[in-house]
Amino acid sequence: MFHLPSALRRWETLLLAILAVVVLFNVTRSPFYLRIDNLVNVFELSIEKIIVALVMTFIIINGEIDLSVASVMGLAACVVARLHADGVAMPLAVLVALTVGLLCGAFNGFWIAYVGLPSLAVTLAGLIGYRGAARILLEDKSIGNFPEWFNALGQRPLVGPFPLALIVFFVMLIAAAIILQRTAFGRYVYVIGNNKEVARYAGIRVKQVKMRLFMASGLIAALAGVLLAARLGAVRGNTAEGFELDIITMVLLGGVSIFGGSGTLTGVALSILIILNLRNGMSLANITGNTQTGVIGALLILSVLVPNLVGRLRALRSRMRPATTGPTPQPAQEVEIS
Amino acid sequence: MKAITRAIRPEQLREITLAALIVVVVLFFSSQIQGYFSGRTFNRVTASVAIIAVVAVGQTLVVLTRNIDLSVGSIVGFSAYFVGTQLANDNTLSPAFAIALAIGLGALMGAINGALVAYGRVPAIIVTLGTLAIYRTILVDMSGAKTVVVDALPQWLKDLPRTNLIQIGELDIRLMFGLAVFVVLVFQLVLVYLRFGRRLYAIGSNPEAARNAGLPTQRIVFSAFVLCGALAGLAGFMFLARFGTITVVAGQGMELQSVAAVVVGGVNIFGGSGSMIGAFLGATLIDLLEQSLIRWLRVSEFWRDALLGLLILLAVASDAVILNRLRRIWAQDGVSVQGKPVE
Repeated sequence: MFHLPSALRRWETLLLAILAVVVLFNVTRSPFYLRIDNLVNVFELSIEKIIVALVMTFIIINGEIDLSVASVMGLAACVVARLHADGVAMPLAVLVALTVGLLCGAFNGFWIAYVGLPSLAVTLAGLIGYRGAARILLEDKSIGNFPEWFNALGQRPLVGPFPLALIVFFVMLIAAAIILQRTAFGRYVYVIGNNKEVARYAGIRVKQVKMRLFMASGLIAALAGVLLAARLGAVRGNTAEGFELDIITMVLLGGVSIFGGSGTLTGVALSILIILNLRNGMSLANITGNTQTGVIGALLILSVLVPNLVGRLRALRSRMRPATTGPTPQPAQEVEIS
Repeated sequence: MKAITRAIRPEQLREITLAALIVVVVLFFSSQIQGYFSGRTFNRVTASVAIIAVVAVGQTLVVLTRNIDLSVGSIVGFSAYFVGTQLANDNTLSPAFAIALAIGLGALMGAINGALVAYGRVPAIIVTLGTLAIYRTILVDMSGAKTVVVDALPQWLKDLPRTNLIQIGELDIRLMFGLAVFVVLVFQLVLVYLRFGRRLYAIGSNPEAARNAGLPTQRIVFSAFVLCGALAGLAGFMFLARFGTITVVAGQGMELQSVAAVVVGGVNIFGGSGSMIGAFLGATLIDLLEQSLIRWLRVSEFWRDALLGLLILLAVASDAVILNRLRRIWAQDGVSVQGKPVE
């Protein structure tokens, strides 16, 4: 009987292996895959989602969920478009859109943190309500014709081959990693997600942390929405509709527990790479976007089901052979905090 | 005070409040809109409530066990499209077969959800977010971008939405609405009188305790999902009958509408309390408000979602703040209260 080194049992290691398989598959299937413009393209097509996935990681580790992010993205994009159509200067329009996002987040956060309502219900209302606000702004029109510099920010490379959104993502990834792993605030996020009561007794300002997280979620979703508007060059009432599914899938596949308290940004970053490469590979193999969504849905379920089954098999095996000593193997899903 | 607290429970107060609200809404709009208080308004509201109410009943079963089913919209669409295609290909298929096919398809999809949640121990929100996408994907791939058109459907199906159960003066009680009310009442009785119904509450109130008490929690949660799927399948058939023209996006968004109805109807999103009557009244109130506001304010339909979101939030907030305070009063009066105490 061989024992896997503990590193191999970790969720991140499994993700890395899956990523390697996906990349290998893509390389063999398409000669275009490794070209730099394709690799940038891999990121670019979902860049807004992965920006929001970073802040969603914080929210889910904190034991909450934000279903309203896609609607906030859509609302911010619609605010920019509507103000632009009404003749407001573009920088001001962007500023207003970001403020609207921040307010949406604060509104969610108020009900969740201070009134104590379940985030699932509040952000479900937000999902419907903010989308409704976006529809009120644009009705069934499509607004484009943004200034050239605005479109260029979304569509052209800014530094080397990298467009603005990609740079924003990498800066945010580093910032998020530092905040989550190296600051007191990051530890609070984990502790609250593990046990709200314990956190409160330990003197952590639970309400304040939650409020800040939801405000950050609103602001960053709005930023992503503005970037999306710039990349697409035109906005409709249903812009970004349904994005929450992809965003939450990225986070959960990354090994973040839906019950809060555990998960790492490394895992989320790996799962983002897997999903993006999988989608790109499927596109290169001429598989439609619809089927891709189905595959991602299956991946989401499997990402929790498989560790569960493995964990139970292990438990069963150790029960059947009680003579074996040594540490009880941990279920793969329980990823260490740090 | 004691007399009142003994006569009704907080949960019933919720239902009474909803019913009163519906009356107030009707009276208010009757005074504002000419010709509002008429058989036409009644028909319009009941026709759309019938479908969402059936979905909401299934959703309630699942939410009571502290789970959620976000895939119902895809199941409704799948069932409507699949049954519609069969009927369009072969007009001689019997109505009983068509309905059984719709329910069976729904039950199968519900069973997949239930097995993953109950036996695979994957959280319901993850499973059903996944199957929301998967069922829709299968439907789109299967359809080959074709649409079910009214003309191809058999005559009995086209007549169904206009078939009356009974007629009271100007009011037509349509067969489909009658069916929805029947489903609501049957499941209300199941919740109150059958062991299965009581066990749903037990599991939702405290899954751990229910398991320790020896309840077959896995089997019950599984059954709740199967029933929810079956009801969504039935709703898919009703959807087909009502609209006739079915595209691959049919039923999209119904998962949110059903959750909204359930939450507004006073079913606790964390399980353990709520009723079918409440969910039905919630669905009715939402629909009534939507249709009335559009006619009254002459606002565009684009306002619908914004108002709906606000309504859900108000419902959840009032549930948390007011009902919990009421429960405390009830508790002080020494009446045993079903539902959860304040945190």
